[in-house]
Amino acid sequence: MRLVAEGLSARRGEDLIFRDISFEIAGGEALIVTGANGSGKSTLLRVLAGLLAAEAGTARLLAAAQPVERLAEAAHYLGHRNAMKRELTVDENLTFWKAFLGDFAGGAGLSVDEAADRVGLGGIVHLPFGTLSAGQQRRMAMAKLLVAWRPVWILDEPTAALDVAAESMFAGLVTAHLSRGGIAIAATHQPLGLDGVRELRMTGFTGVAETVW
Amino acid sequence: MIALLARDLKLSMRAGGGALIGVLFFMTVVAVIPFGVGPDLNLLARIGPAILWIGALLASLLGLDRLFQAEREDGSLDLLLMQETPLVLTVFIKCLAHWLATGLPLVIASPLLGLFMNMDEVAIGATTLTLLVGTPAITFIGAAGAGIAVALPRGGLLVSILVLPLAIPVLIFGVSAVYAAIQDPAPFLPPFLILVALNLFFAVIGPVAAAAALRLSSD
Repeated sequence: MRLVAEGLSARRGEDLIFRDISFEIAGGEALIVTGANGSGKSTLLRVLAGLLAAEAGTARLLAAAQPVERLAEAAHYLGHRNAMKRELTVDENLTFWKAFLGDFAGGAGLSVDEAADRVGLGGIVHLPFGTLSAGQQRRMAMAKLLVAWRPVWILDEPTAALDVAAESMFAGLVTAHLSRGGIAIAATHQPLGLDGVRELRMTGFTGVAETVW
Repeated sequence: MIALLARDLKLSMRAGGGALIGVLFFMTVVAVIPFGVGPDLNLLARIGPAILWIGALLASLLGLDRLFQAEREDGSLDLLLMQETPLVLTVFIKCLAHWLATGLPLVIASPLLGLFMNMDEVAIGATTLTLLVGTPAITFIGAAGAGIAVALPRGGLLVSILVLPLAIPVLIFGVSAVYAAIQDPAPFLPPFLILVALNLFFAVIGPVAAAAALRLSSD
């Protein structure tokens, strides 16, 4: 499985945020997108997730377990917002996403309780999501990545609002995902504690990005 | 899809879901009419079906703006957009859940409110039946408006204004079907069947338009 991006450019309003970004990631590899605030990290991730139309260029997933028309279908997207309903319990939230998302070919998601255990919050799935603290909510949003299998994880500032222990827990989740042959793309300011990852440094409005190996 | 339907129904029952707001509004509107119009029972019976229909129309417009806005605010909309499931189907299911939670209670409450308006059994039955067929159409039309206004803060009134012209035919044929049922020479079936046709038509057009609007509004 390979994720190939070719000549991606994106525009927000009148401004070209970035242009001509190309990279290729194979299964088991991670790409860390770094750069200053406003340099276009989130925009790049939203383009990859198909939530923003690219001005030019394509991002495709090749040789996946099942052929996909859009990269988004094979991807989890963890954005700034947690995509969980405050009024429902954690269990109801995760059960819904597990049923709605379904598993991509080539893997199976964990059960809700197992996923909550993995993020270190087993035993509180009966609580309404709105009553959890910001850090706990973020962890439960991460549990969403585990309940349905997707080979590609697109993570936008995944560890914001998390303590150090949770950061290392999350690094463990990503490492486990990579060892299953998955792909992870993360925009972050903090080092995620991952080994041997590639880095894409966004330089912002100059419109040029360089890939650091 | 069943999961989405179940989740939306649960959400509408929980605090802040607002399933009952529409019914309460409907009851308030219809309940104050006799006080405003006065105790003329014949007049009330004559305007009853129209008042019930107008009340139901306004009540079903009430919560529509939250249909996609709530999803957008917590980021769920992004995930709904990304899936392999056709977005049109997702929107259709959300409309269905919205109607079950807010439209169906209006239909169930309408016989009781018909009594307030001194309507006879035939008129009450015809009104309930036409509301049952007509209110889903209003929800489907409203979904298109909600999709367009999803990115706008305080888009609630805008949705109602956008949607109202399209909902007028539903109102016209709904009310004329009821009057056809209670006034003898006019046949009941033609306006009723047009109402059914409108419902089916908007059940297709509404979700398609809403899905297109949602795709364009994502940023």
